[in-house]
Amino acid sequence: MALLLPWILSIPLFSIVILLLFRQLSRNQQTLIALLAPIAGLLLLAPMIPDLLQGAVFQQQWQWLPVLGLQWTFRLDALALLFSFLIFGIGLLVIFYARYYLSASDPMPRFYASLLLFMLAMLGIVLSGNVLQLWMFWELTSISSFLLISYWSHRSDARKGARLALTVTAAGGLALLVGLILLGQVAGSYQLDVILSKGPQIIADAQYPLILVLILLGAFTKSAQFPFHFWLPNAMAAPTPVSAYLHSATMVKAGIFLLIRLYPAIAGTDLWFSLVSLAGLLTLLTGAYFALFQHDIKGLLAYSTISHLGLITLLLGLDTDLATVAAIFHIINHAVFKASLFMAAGIIDHETGSRDMRKINGLWHFMPVTASLAMVAAASMAGVPLLNGFLSKEMFFSQTLHQSVLGALSWLLPLLATLAAVFSVAYSARFIHDVFFNGKPIGLDKIPHEPPRYMRVPMEVLVALCIGVGVFPQWLVGDILLAASTAALQQTPPAYSLALWHGLNLPLLMSVVAFVAGIVLYINRKELFLFQAGFQSTLAIHRFEGQVQRLVQRCRQFSQWAEPGRLQWYIAAMLWATVLLAGYPLLQLNSLQGERGLLPTDWFSAVLVVIMVLAAMATVIWQRQRLLALIMISVVGLMLSLLFIRFSAPDLALTQLAVEVATAVLLMLALYFLPHRSPKQSAHATLLRDLILAGSCAIVVGSLAYLMLTHQADSVSSYFLANAKSGGGGTNVVNVILVDFRGFDTFGEITVLGIAALGIYKLLTGIPRFKPSADADGRSWALDAHPLLLRVVSQGLLPLALLVSVYLFFRGHNLPGGGFVAGLVTAVALIMQYIAHGVDWVKPRLNLQFSALVASGILIAWLTGAFSWLFGKPFLTSWFDYFDIPLLGQIELASAIAFDLGVYLTVVGSTLLILANLGKLTTRHKPEHRGQI
Amino acid sequence: MFSLILLAVMAVIILALCLNIWSLLRGPAVADRLLALDTMYINSIALLLVYGVYASSQLYFEAALLIAMLGFVSTVAVCKFLLRGDIIE
Repeated sequence: MALLLPWILSIPLFSIVILLLFRQLSRNQQTLIALLAPIAGLLLLAPMIPDLLQGAVFQQQWQWLPVLGLQWTFRLDALALLFSFLIFGIGLLVIFYARYYLSASDPMPRFYASLLLFMLAMLGIVLSGNVLQLWMFWELTSISSFLLISYWSHRSDARKGARLALTVTAAGGLALLVGLILLGQVAGSYQLDVILSKGPQIIADAQYPLILVLILLGAFTKSAQFPFHFWLPNAMAAPTPVSAYLHSATMVKAGIFLLIRLYPAIAGTDLWFSLVSLAGLLTLLTGAYFALFQHDIKGLLAYSTISHLGLITLLLGLDTDLATVAAIFHIINHAVFKASLFMAAGIIDHETGSRDMRKINGLWHFMPVTASLAMVAAASMAGVPLLNGFLSKEMFFSQTLHQSVLGALSWLLPLLATLAAVFSVAYSARFIHDVFFNGKPIGLDKIPHEPPRYMRVPMEVLVALCIGVGVFPQWLVGDILLAASTAALQQTPPAYSLALWHGLNLPLLMSVVAFVAGIVLYINRKELFLFQAGFQSTLAIHRFEGQVQRLVQRCRQFSQWAEPGRLQWYIAAMLWATVLLAGYPLLQLNSLQGERGLLPTDWFSAVLVVIMVLAAMATVIWQRQRLLALIMISVVGLMLSLLFIRFSAPDLALTQLAVEVATAVLLMLALYFLPHRSPKQSAHATLLRDLILAGSCAIVVGSLAYLMLTHQADSVSSYFLANAKSGGGGTNVVNVILVDFRGFDTFGEITVLGIAALGIYKLLTGIPRFKPSADADGRSWALDAHPLLLRVVSQGLLPLALLVSVYLFFRGHNLPGGGFVAGLVTAVALIMQYIAHGVDWVKPRLNLQFSALVASGILIAWLTGAFSWLFGKPFLTSWFDYFDIPLLGQIELASAIAFDLGVYLTVVGSTLLILANLGKLTTRHKPEHRGQI
Repeated sequence: MFSLILLAVMAVIILALCLNIWSLLRGPAVADRLLALDTMYINSIALLLVYGVYASSQLYFEAALLIAMLGFVSTVAVCKFLLRGDIIE
């Protein structure tokens, strides 16, 4: 049956995918799909219940990263079963309820998907048998709760509340991670079973205090314990179903779950005792006190939740087995009554348009059924007999009586517990009296009425449970409570009785006192309100937002300093970095000269080099006359290609030539957007600075080149040379390296190329442009935009160029050529048509989506790579063979050809995407000067 | 004998390249420089072809072909820019 465990987790995932894929489904269908997850989950759990109640533990695991102690382990025991019930059961009701709560304008799939993601994360925590895995799901709850709290992302309070909740819980999560890693190291394993069995060893370890504090930090932030409680009230900006789910039964219980789960491993020391009970006590009191002063119903419920969480924590801190049983019992009860109260708040908000208790009064007359349900739930929260809240509160009282936490002052604890109960009664009374009685509604936008029939159903179920557990506790929850407590403590808890009547005893007296005092307090609340109004309190959210704003400001300042938006600055930074990083190792060497001697110079090459140097110098000197500089740099490119050929690098020469022309065209298109002459000479200091930088670069790069060329290093090239034919089926080593040996690199490169082209295309929109009506010397432009001679010649050029590129493409595997050069030649030939005929002529004749071309190129390359998976080989395993075909002779077919086709298409698409669109841009915005002189 | 002639031819073509760069640097008009660049392309083609014959290899002919084709595009683009201020319209 353990095999079913992963399914429980994957069903919500399945629903999420369906919801996000089919967004056009009706609201009812979406609700049904969302409901599928908890229903299926409960059905899967059902057959395992009898065994689990007997104390069985189901476990299943897979190796993930065994080196790090990381295993996928799913572990289901009675404690996990109890929490799974809460997660699924309340989740089911909340999903149903949300169907009626969300308005037609709220995107339903996003809501349900986030909610189910949260459900999955909670289940993950509960079912984890490995603490690292538990932590991952823990973080997932933080993230998914962020998405849920900020669901109404147009509201500023929702965004701020979500940010605050995420910051606090995620920071706690980081502390938890460190704590769990240390815990795992001390225990020797990250598996929960091992950790639970090594309690004494962990406690005896010197690192125990650190581990405990870190884990408690994680648990306390998550469960909103003092002093981290402030995020919870601000999270009330979430839609009410979210609050009903996250802040009653699940998210805030995750921290408590963790404490209970690790109880056998880390509890039972004085440190645990003082930290946990103190935090619990403070939370219990502050929560109960502040709840009374909230005017927002959900605010009241939020502080009440904080207070009840404090109660549970305090019970855990008391560190007796029976207190832990009481804590687990109160988790169930609190989840049930608090969820129904949140739902009541949602209904009231939905039907009156307000949550302010100063406005909504006397709702009893408008919605008697909802009012009755809410009053029962509130009474349970106050601890009225015959309801479930009463039982666990009695257990709590009796536990406070049987402890000696504070030594001789231990009598204080029952007193403080009663005080908290007094406030609890008072705020429950306020919830009932202020909302449902106390006069008439004030200034509401609409007349309240009962909600849709089915919106009340989840509340009815929960309230029925409140009463049912309250009257028949042993019958309804006795078994699971015993089993869960046994699983939590790893031993059978001492005997206790779940009954309504324990006779006239001290806890009952405390309840009665709390009840009477609470009512009296509520009646005299005016004085208390006045007293509280005397405090000037800044809200936590405002302080937090101030910090966030300051942080954002700092980051902005930093990024403005590091990223001033000046190209010169970036290039200077990069070049200096190169000079320093590459220059420093040169200082360590004795001599540049390696073991290889210099080759004799031939005069032809020397002359070519001189021409190249002259042209390069002219480029620099004429840099301010941009067209001239462009012509001079073309000479440099041409000479470089000739030198490549001279020194036996035909591949490089071909590529250099093609790139040269494409760049020249691109630069000329860019020149259109620039004035003909660039601004005047820079200041002398700037000039000197730039000279120093350029000189240093020249020295370092020149020395490096000399160093590399005179050293005989053993490089991978000999391997490539030896294996190109046998391993890749080609004699052109450069091409075989590109499409075969290092095919994965090439794949990455063409992807980057495609992304860059798309980015440039996007950047091209919104460029300011200006076209003078005459050239730099004042001559007006020629009249003929597309001279006849040019049109005819370029049309003739196209098929020739295409032929050449096809030739280069197919030959590439064995002789110089390949997809990249072929692509550039094709692109240049097509650009030529744009130059000769104009955009308007080309467009109907070449109806190509360049971006689609880029995408198909990358896709083809990927498919070629993925194809090898079919044969169980790794990505991009190449294949080639020779076939004898009549007439044609022996033909080689290689998978590399298909890959090269992808390269080809990407190059053509990217180049045209940039050049043709830049051309279109100048065309579209040309001023109307045609036909004028 | 034949190879000597080829070497001599290459020397003359390289001399022509040197004159081209001189013309390029002297100007004075942009059109003059552009013509010089175009001539440089043509001389490079010639150099490659002769060198290919000299080295008895066909590899150089493709580079020459590419220079012929792409150099033309480059020259045309600059001409278009000079005449119209915009090469694709």
